[in-house]
Amino acid sequence: MAIFINEKTKVLVQGMTGSEGTKHTARMIKSGTKIVGGVTPGKGGQSVEIEGISLPVFNSVSEAVAATGANASVVFVPPKFAKAAVIDAIDAKLPLVVVITEGIPVHDSAAFYAYAVEKGTTRLVGPNCPGLISPGKSNIGIIPADITGPGRIGLVSKSGTLTYQMMYELRDFGFSTAVGIGGDPIIGTTHIDCLRAFQDDPDTDTIVMIGEIGGDAEERAAAFIGEYVTKPVVGYVAGFTAPEGKTMGHAGAIVSGSSGTAAAKQSALEAVGVKVGKTPSETAQLMRDILNNKK
Amino acid sequence: MDLFEYQARDLFESHGVPVLGGAVAFTPEEAEAAAASMGGRVVVKAQVKVGGRGKAGGVKLAESAVDAREKAAAILGMDIKGHTVHKVMIAQAAPIEAEYYLAILLDRANRNFLVMASVAGGMEIEEVAHKTPEKLARIGIDPNIGISKDKAREIILAGRFPADVVDQVVKVLLKLWAAFVAEDATLMEINPLVKTSDGKVVALDGKVTLDDSADFRHPNHEDLIDHAAANPLEAAAKAKNLNYVKLDGQVGIIGNGAGLVMSTLDVVAYAGEKFGVKPANFLDIGGGASAQVMADGLGVILGDPDVRSVFVNVFGGITACDAVANGIVQALTMLGAQATKPIVVRLDGNNVIEGRRILNEAAHPLIQQVETMDGAAARAAELAAK
Repeated sequence: MAIFINEKTKVLVQGMTGSEGTKHTARMIKSGTKIVGGVTPGKGGQSVEIEGISLPVFNSVSEAVAATGANASVVFVPPKFAKAAVIDAIDAKLPLVVVITEGIPVHDSAAFYAYAVEKGTTRLVGPNCPGLISPGKSNIGIIPADITGPGRIGLVSKSGTLTYQMMYELRDFGFSTAVGIGGDPIIGTTHIDCLRAFQDDPDTDTIVMIGEIGGDAEERAAAFIGEYVTKPVVGYVAGFTAPEGKTMGHAGAIVSGSSGTAAAKQSALEAVGVKVGKTPSETAQLMRDILNNKK
Repeated sequence: MDLFEYQARDLFESHGVPVLGGAVAFTPEEAEAAAASMGGRVVVKAQVKVGGRGKAGGVKLAESAVDAREKAAAILGMDIKGHTVHKVMIAQAAPIEAEYYLAILLDRANRNFLVMASVAGGMEIEEVAHKTPEKLARIGIDPNIGISKDKAREIILAGRFPADVVDQVVKVLLKLWAAFVAEDATLMEINPLVKTSDGKVVALDGKVTLDDSADFRHPNHEDLIDHAAANPLEAAAKAKNLNYVKLDGQVGIIGNGAGLVMSTLDVVAYAGEKFGVKPANFLDIGGGASAQVMADGLGVILGDPDVRSVFVNVFGGITACDAVANGIVQALTMLGAQATKPIVVRLDGNNVIEGRRILNEAAHPLIQQVETMDGAAARAAELAAK
């Protein structure tokens, strides 16, 4: 088991014929993901050979689903066209849509998120995220597959490279699933969604949660942990020294007034018994201590 | 991007949100001319993107055009919470009978939009929310449905607006929503929305934040950028498409991925406590760290006179460490004599062994490699202290 994806997940690549789409399709195939086709409006009927596999291209997600039985898609479509692509996937009732695209206007994300909620049949991950990986089973997005292998730690993070860093730090233990949920102001899958799924996943024993400044998602996640999560959770929050009013790379990462500070997030997590590391390495060590005590 | 008040006023006006006359002035003479054209009695308002300017003396009533010039002369150049006043807005004065509050904003927690409306305006909305929460309506808006006339009325009634202004405020809200959508805003706030003595409802002061990600469908938003305020290093970085924020320390930072760079700033700040140094900047070179991007980034950082050492912190994900290492070596060749400060490099992840080998082989006198992030941060901090 793993959360959201497994070895049976059949994946479409929206924007597969673009340069990023092609590059990452090859990487996903190499890491064992079942890629069944691509969607590029206007290019339906063609096929593209990637990693020795001939992949059909469709004009719409519905056509692609009918032909391939796909149950997930990953979106590499540029910001201008991303909203239409995601709505196409929601209309096709795909259970999982992972939006990698960075720089989607927030009015567009707000619209497709609301649409997904209204339809009730699609889980969105992202936008502006690295995707998710269940090592050895499936890898949807751009997370490098060779950092570590399967294991029993669950990881949820807003940031891509911090996800990779933490997977690397704990590479000798491995992961059930690592989810990069993205750093935009509106994202489809939250820390809480992942925490709930990890708590319910029999193959996940412990959880690492990585947050960053901005918004109050970590505080709400902390409240949720207090209510629902009994598995050990270790936390890390990036941006302790970020000044007020400056956006730190991610559109959502900004401290405004007293809201969104790393200190507030840390104390909320600690209040529910989550151990919070000062640095990624220290956080990994906290997890290491928990895992070694279990043995 | 946050707008100045006068820009917000102009944007409101262009979308039919009622406003009073207003003009921006960069000199006392311009202020006088603007005041004269408005009939003399005006308010001179410092244009800074920070709250509390009234208390700081940045908002003054002028009785005549000459008075406006004098008031503008006093306000221009003033420092308000670290922001120098480069321009003032000359606003038509109006007899005010009542002050209200109206705003539309992105609600991250609920992942939709939020309207806040209150009969109690003119003060900080946090204060209203705290003292008289019953007077503040907070109503979520589905982005795909928007605000209908009936919805607007429901919101305004919930905000306890008096019956004689409800129709007007409903109209303002509908115009404001149209503007919010048309301009890809994440915040449009009117505080105060006022009733003048002749019974008209107008926006007296406004705050607007526009979504930079939507710039591709708003070429005109470029005209709203405040080039004067940008730090020269930030401007140089922006010209090279780098994601850079100037900070006030001595250790230059380059990393890949926003989260990792934020984390790097923290680790350097902790390590720097002992040496009395702090991070000098945030710089995320993103996934594809080519030699050119690395050279551009190093160029900006080495051009910062405050920088005494540089920490390059890369976790090779999609970008392999050998490519990054080659990028660093080529960047130093491109920069030549411009590169004078020690550079601590920590590489990990994809193809790290080859990456480290390339740097070792290059044996550049400025480059030092440290294998862990914490260790490298400590080394960079130590070098900056010297």
